[in-house]
Amino acid sequence: MITIQNISKRFGKLQVLDQVSLTLAGGECVALIGPNGSGKTTLIKAILGMVIPESGSLLFQGQPVGQQWAYRQHIGYMPQIGRYPENMTIGQVLDMMKDIRKMPEAELDTDLFTAFGLRAMLHKRMRTLSGGTRQKVSACLAFLFNPDVLILDEPTAGLDPVSTELLKDKISAERQKNKLIIITSHVLSDLDGLISEVVYMQDGKPLFHKSLQALKAETDTDRLSAAIARVMAVHELMD
Amino acid sequence: MHKIIKYVVADLLRNRTLLVYTVLLLVLSVSVFGMEDNADKGVVSLLNIVLFVVPLVSIIFSTVYLYNSGEFIELLVSQPIRRSTIWMSIFIGLAGTVALAFIVGVGIPVLLYAATASGAMLVGCGCILSLIFVSVALWAAVRIRDKAKGIGLSILVWLYFALLFDALVLFLLFQFSDYPIEKGMVVLSMLNPVDISRILILLEIDLSALMGYTGAIFRNFFGTGGGMAITLVVLVLWTVVPMWLSLRYFKRKDL
Repeated sequence: MITIQNISKRFGKLQVLDQVSLTLAGGECVALIGPNGSGKTTLIKAILGMVIPESGSLLFQGQPVGQQWAYRQHIGYMPQIGRYPENMTIGQVLDMMKDIRKMPEAELDTDLFTAFGLRAMLHKRMRTLSGGTRQKVSACLAFLFNPDVLILDEPTAGLDPVSTELLKDKISAERQKNKLIIITSHVLSDLDGLISEVVYMQDGKPLFHKSLQALKAETDTDRLSAAIARVMAVHELMD
Repeated sequence: MHKIIKYVVADLLRNRTLLVYTVLLLVLSVSVFGMEDNADKGVVSLLNIVLFVVPLVSIIFSTVYLYNSGEFIELLVSQPIRRSTIWMSIFIGLAGTVALAFIVGVGIPVLLYAATASGAMLVGCGCILSLIFVSVALWAAVRIRDKAKGIGLSILVWLYFALLFDALVLFLLFQFSDYPIEKGMVVLSMLNPVDISRILILLEIDLSALMGYTGAIFRNFFGTGGGMAITLVVLVLWTVVPMWLSLRYFKRKDL
């Protein structure tokens, strides 16, 4: 569904993405893992066209993205830190997005909207919201338009345990619909049981792209966190 | 496109700074016209205030607004919308509301007290200056990521157009006073939209006699259809060029 070919990006002296190539298909649930500053968020922003790579190309459903914009209607994006116009209420933000995306009310996916109980908070202004509530709004917006690709950047950061479970259930449900889901997270225990593939990024490069089963078999563990810890230890030894 | 303009305008109409600006202009214009019996005298008094305040407020307000709507822009960029649509909508929304504030604040009193050619010229020039300085603000805000530096740059740009440029012109005038530089002065004035506006309005009031030989040259140039057409083109260029440069940069910007 998404093919990334030799994408490079540099911020000043820092090489954030270094010849990244990845192929991500529908029905996969990909965990994008790596230390802080390894280029995960930049890679996601490059897929969304928010960061413009210096070289390389990006194909969405076989079509080169380039300066296109329409492909973004197939993507639901939940940013790491949801930043919204501070003076707008939750209701206004939701209405604005519905207005921009032009999707009939009946086709909207309001599962998370209902589950998180956002209806009771529609009149609250964005600036008065707690970090967790902002995350709920972001999650709700990402799923609202029933997109083929879901990109979730640290979805569970700041969410309470109940909401985390609700979100995880929703992600599992969406995975059954042959969608591509990309998740970055540092809470590896949250990812176990949710994901099918692991991409490990370091210094702007994907170190490996394996299925979860293969990774677990190789490292001889049955938990993602233990497997990643082992991979990192081996990698440090090699350095 | 109209959807985003709608949200930008709705946000701006609730903005308190813009409201204060409108009321300030309104109070200034009404009190100036209240003190002067002669409409032309009133226009001249207002001229100096307008040429000083309008560029200042347009550029600073727009720059601050653009930095404050960083979140809004970021949110829109991740959505299926063209970047050029986003940027153009923001320009139209901002320029429209700032010009509207000017029209309400100065246009209405002028219509009531001084509905003359010079009054019309004052309102027209004020509107164009609003557009030009919003356009320059867009360019400053898109180029500089840091808010404090961006606002600093817009203050500098305003200072240049409002004060430094005139000082430079005066300096050149004295240095080359032995040469026939009157035609050069016309060209030089085109480099500053504030000066163009000042000359256009003063010529409407027939004060060119006070400007000596240079005034006659100005009269000859700006008084003709061709001269006016060139002036109009220059003013449009002053609006379009910074806007176009900022748009080009915004399309490639990392958010």
